[in-house]
Amino acid sequence: MTASKDSENFDVIIVGAGPAGSAAALVTARAGLKVLLIERGEYPGAKNVSGAVFYGSAILEKLIPNWWEDAPVERHVTRRDLVLLSPTTSISLDFRSSSAGYVEPPYNGFTILRPKFDRWFAEQAEAAGAFLLCSTVVDDVIREDGQVVGVKVRRDEGEIRGDVVIACDGVNSWLARKAGMQRDLHTHELSLGVKEVIGLDEAAIRERFQLSGDEGMALEYVGAVTGNVHGGAFLYTNKNSLSLGVLGQLSSLVEQKTRPYDLLEGFKSHPAIAPLVRGGTLREYSAHLIPEAGWYMFPQLFSDGMLVAGDAAGFCLATGLYIEGINYAMQSGLAAGQTAVEACKRREYSRYTLSLYMDVLRERHVLTDFRAYRHAPKFVNGERLQNVYPEMAARASESLFRVDGSRKQKLLPLYWRTLRQVGAKPHHVVQDLFQVARAYLW
Amino acid sequence: MVMTTHEEKMRTARFRVDDTPHIVVDGEKCRSCAVKSCITVCPAGLFVGLDDGTVLFNYENCFECGACFYVCAEEGALSWSYPKGGFGVTFRES
Ligand SMILES: Cc1cc2nc3c(=O)[nH]c(=O)nc-3n(C[C@H](O)[C@H](O)[C@H](O)COP(=O)(O)OP(=O)(O)OC[C@H]3O[C@@H](n4cnc5c(N)ncnc54)[C@H](O)[C@@H]3O)c2cc1C
Ligand code: SF4
Ligand code: SF4
Repeated sequence: MTASKDSENFDVIIVGAGPAGSAAALVTARAGLKVLLIERGEYPGAKNVSGAVFYGSAILEKLIPNWWEDAPVERHVTRRDLVLLSPTTSISLDFRSSSAGYVEPPYNGFTILRPKFDRWFAEQAEAAGAFLLCSTVVDDVIREDGQVVGVKVRRDEGEIRGDVVIACDGVNSWLARKAGMQRDLHTHELSLGVKEVIGLDEAAIRERFQLSGDEGMALEYVGAVTGNVHGGAFLYTNKNSLSLGVLGQLSSLVEQKTRPYDLLEGFKSHPAIAPLVRGGTLREYSAHLIPEAGWYMFPQLFSDGMLVAGDAAGFCLATGLYIEGINYAMQSGLAAGQTAVEACKRREYSRYTLSLYMDVLRERHVLTDFRAYRHAPKFVNGERLQNVYPEMAARASESLFRVDGSRKQKLLPLYWRTLRQVGAKPHHVVQDLFQVARAYLW
Repeated sequence: MVMTTHEEKMRTARFRVDDTPHIVVDGEKCRSCAVKSCITVCPAGLFVGLDDGTVLFNYENCFECGACFYVCAEEGALSWSYPKGGFGVTFRES
C-alpha cells in the first residue's frame, strides 16, 4: 500500500484493532466504504489483555449469525460466584443456571483469550472488505483548518488521509489527547490489572468447578485479597487453562505502596483459591490498565472529522462486581461506524453531522447505561465496599458457624460487633446504604 | 508451578526489542522525587531505586501499560510513547 500525502484517500480510518475498532471496521466495510484499520501490534490482540468474559454475544449474533461456532471461544458461562474474603475465610454467593438464556445460543457470556479472539474478529472485518495494517503506530492526527483529515503513522509513508477518523486506541488513547478531545487522566480513574493464564487439564477444570462439556464459570472476589488497596480479583475458566488476576486502583496502589504482582501471589495462596489452581502451570503473565470512572471520564466524543469509541472513550463499565468493557467497546464501535456511514453518504464530516454519534450511542444503550450507573464507580472504589464490608461478612460467618461451647450469639449483635472490629462506624453504614441504593437501585 | 517469582512470570511474555527506547527516564530528575511510585506500580518491575536517589530503568521487558506515566511525580522525568509498530510485547494467551 502506498499512502503518501496525495495518493490514497480512505473514507474511514480506524485506529486500533481491538473490539471497538474491528466492530467499526466491520460495519463501515459492509456499507461499501473504503476502510483502513490500523493496529500497532504484530497482529490484532497482541497487545491486549482482558479477564475475560465477553458479554456481547447477542450484539455479535446480529452481525455474524452463530458467531461462536467459528470464533475462538473458550467456555460459555453458566456458573458465577461472588466471593467475599477475609484473610482466612471466604463466603460466596453461588449462581448457576440451566435456563435457556445461559445454556442455549446465543448464550449470556463466553470466556475468551484476547490475542485469539481479537485476531478472529479483525479477520471478519477484513472479510467484509476492510484493509488491515498491522505493526503500525499512529502518532497523531492530521488537521487542516481545524478539521481532522487523516493520521500520521510512524512509518516512511508518514501520512494517511481519510474523511472520518475513529480513535479506538484503548485506555491510554494518545490520539484523543493529541486531538484535544481528552484531558489527562487521574490515577484514581484508572485501575491496573495483572493477570496470569494458568494451564490446567480439561478434566480437572470440569471436576473442580463442577462443569460439564463446554460450560464455564466466572468467579469474582472482593475483600481481603487486595489488602487496603481498592480493587478485587477474578478467576475464569477457559478450555484447558484458568485466567486469574487482581485489579487495583492506581492511586491506591501508590498510597499503600503495594506491588501489583505481590497481590497476585497473595491471591493464589489464599485458602479459597489455592485448591482451585493447584497443579497448574503458569503459561503467561500480563498487565493492562482499565478506565474505571465511566461517565466522569468521557472525552469529547465527536469533533470535526473524528469520533472516539471503546476504552478510549471510557466506555468500560465497572460496577464493582465485574467489568463489562468488551461489549461496550463493540457497541460504541458499531455506533461510531454507523455514524461514519451516514456522514460518508452525506459527504459531510463536520461535528454537526458527526454529533449523530450521540443518538446512536443512546439507541445502543451505551450512554443510557453509563448514565444510570454513573455513581457506581466512585462508590465501588470507596474503601468500605471493597475492603471493609466483604471482610466483615466473612469474619461474621467465621463466628457464626463456629461451635465452641461458648454462648450462642444472635445475628444482629454478631454483625454489630464485627462491624466495630473492622473499624466501620454506624453512620458510615447508613451513608453507604444510601450510596448503594443511589448507585444501583434507582 | 502455580506460585511463581517475578522473574518466572516475566519469562512467559515475549518481547521484540527495538533499539530505540520507547520510555526514557531522566534518573537525575528522580533524585528529588520523594515517592518513586514507578517502582511500586510497574507490573514488570522495570524500575530500580539506587542508593544515590536516582532510578535505573530498562525498557526492554515493558508491557506498555502506561501505569508509570500516570504515577510519575516529577515534571519531565519520564517521557512515554509506544514502541515502533510490531515491536515490544506480544501476548499470545491473555
Ligand atoms: C485485567 C482486565 C480484565 C478485564 N476483564 C474484562 C472482562 O472480563 N470482560 C469485559 O467485557 N471487559 C474486561 N476488561 C475490559 C476490556 O479489556 C476493555 O474494555 C476492552 O478491551 C476495550 O476494547 P477497545 O477496543 O476499546 O480497546 P483495546 O482492546 O485496548 O484495543 C485498542 C487497540 O488499539 C491498538 N492501539 C493503541 N494505540 C495505537 C496506536 N497509536 N496506533 C495503532 N494501534 C494502536 C492496541 O494495540 C489495541 O489493539 C478487562 C480489562 C482488564 C485490563
Ligand atoms: S508502561 Fe507499564 S510495564 Fe512499561 S515501564 Fe511503565 S509501568 Fe512498567
Ligand atoms: S515517579 Fe517519576 S520522578 Fe519519581 S522516581 Fe519514578 S520516574 Fe523518577
